[in-house]
Amino acid sequence: MNPQPRSTDILANGFWHNNAGLVQLLGLCPLLAVSNTVVNALGLGLATLAVLMICNLTVSLLRGLLRPEIRIPAFVLIIAATVTVVELVMRAWFHDLYRVLGIFIPLIVTNCAIIGRAEAFASRHRPWPALLDGFATGSGFCAVLVVLGTLRELIGQGTLLDQAHLLFGDFGRRMTLEVIPDYRGFLLALLPAGAFIALGLLVAAKNVVTARQRQQPKASAAATEAL
Amino acid sequence: MSDSNRISLLKNAGLLALIGLLGSLLLAFTYNVTKPRIAEQERRAILASLNQIIPAGRYDNALQSDVIDIHSPGFFKHDDPVRIWRARQAAVPVAAIMQVTAPDGYNGDIVLLIGIDTDQRILGVRVVSHRETPGLGDAIELDKDDWILSFNGKSLRQPPRSQWSVKKDGGAYDQFTGATITPRAVVEAVVRALQYFQSNQREIFSTESTITAEPAA
Repeated sequence: MNPQPRSTDILANGFWHNNAGLVQLLGLCPLLAVSNTVVNALGLGLATLAVLMICNLTVSLLRGLLRPEIRIPAFVLIIAATVTVVELVMRAWFHDLYRVLGIFIPLIVTNCAIIGRAEAFASRHRPWPALLDGFATGSGFCAVLVVLGTLRELIGQGTLLDQAHLLFGDFGRRMTLEVIPDYRGFLLALLPAGAFIALGLLVAAKNVVTARQRQQPKASAAATEAL
Repeated sequence: MSDSNRISLLKNAGLLALIGLLGSLLLAFTYNVTKPRIAEQERRAILASLNQIIPAGRYDNALQSDVIDIHSPGFFKHDDPVRIWRARQAAVPVAAIMQVTAPDGYNGDIVLLIGIDTDQRILGVRVVSHRETPGLGDAIELDKDDWILSFNGKSLRQPPRSQWSVKKDGGAYDQFTGATITPRAVVEAVVRALQYFQSNQREIFSTESTITAEPAA
């Protein structure tokens, strides 16, 4: 049994250092396809978050039973069942959003981030850290989706939270912000090519920040030595 | 194969079967819990789009269940049956709403709801689903553009049949900047629906409803 990692480490890793979207570059298909508006991105992000938490918890609870030879098919069964449950629940309670997201809800099954966390983390740790890891990874993925969605919606059609009633009911109709009035739209941002470019920029930004963070301790260490 | 191997194999198979069984039970349970609500949501979604075309005050029958399906792939150029909802006021036909598929959009099928009143005029057209290019072809959606409203009140007499095309083809309907194929496909689908309605109006309203238990998705 591995030593149990600290909760803060789990959260920081899943959300930032090892972010599924920006560092591991997993689950890019839904990431790029559904991030054209904030609402779509948030809807898929929350669905993925729910699936990740449920799967991690289930896998961790069953980890004593899952022998190495059958762990992968067992993960697949668990993930497929979970995603289908989430899909049915969305169809029942968020029907309009379900219709917009369409095929990308069932396609959560193929998000490698989920089976990746099941294999790399949940199957080796206790239920609570596994649940926390699912939460961290899922919210990290969701955050990247929402940031991409914000950028693309803003640049592509000059609005934010367009169609928010799909997620928040009638109240959402008042949440739409027309950031740039009379905007003529910028098609590239709405097309998949724009998603690739935006993601590339985000990855670059993340790398810059990480590089700075690494340099700072070094620089301060060097400064201390010089003194 | 040694005995211990065989036992381990059986254990693994049993374990997988057990997980599969538990998953199926969970799914069966969720399916049963959500089923009535999903059916209700789908009915509501269909009724909401039908009511965009014909206001709820103009008919008094159960619009959703007064339905026939027409199989005429040769005429409509698509394999899917054309579903027709019949609106009646005091049992007198008011209008029909046809769900037709334009097969020749820029990115495949465009599913449309086309409402036609008994004077053979268009009550309204709405796009149910499409995969046209965002920012170009998606101006057929009412959320994006008013273009789809330009069909309101039109018939095969006004404009004349020869004008039922986009301006680029010499017709009366605007195309979009950068997208001609999409509006062309929609205009042609609307014409087909009008022509079908004109030649089959009596049958459309007199045929017994073929409502199935499950509303179309």
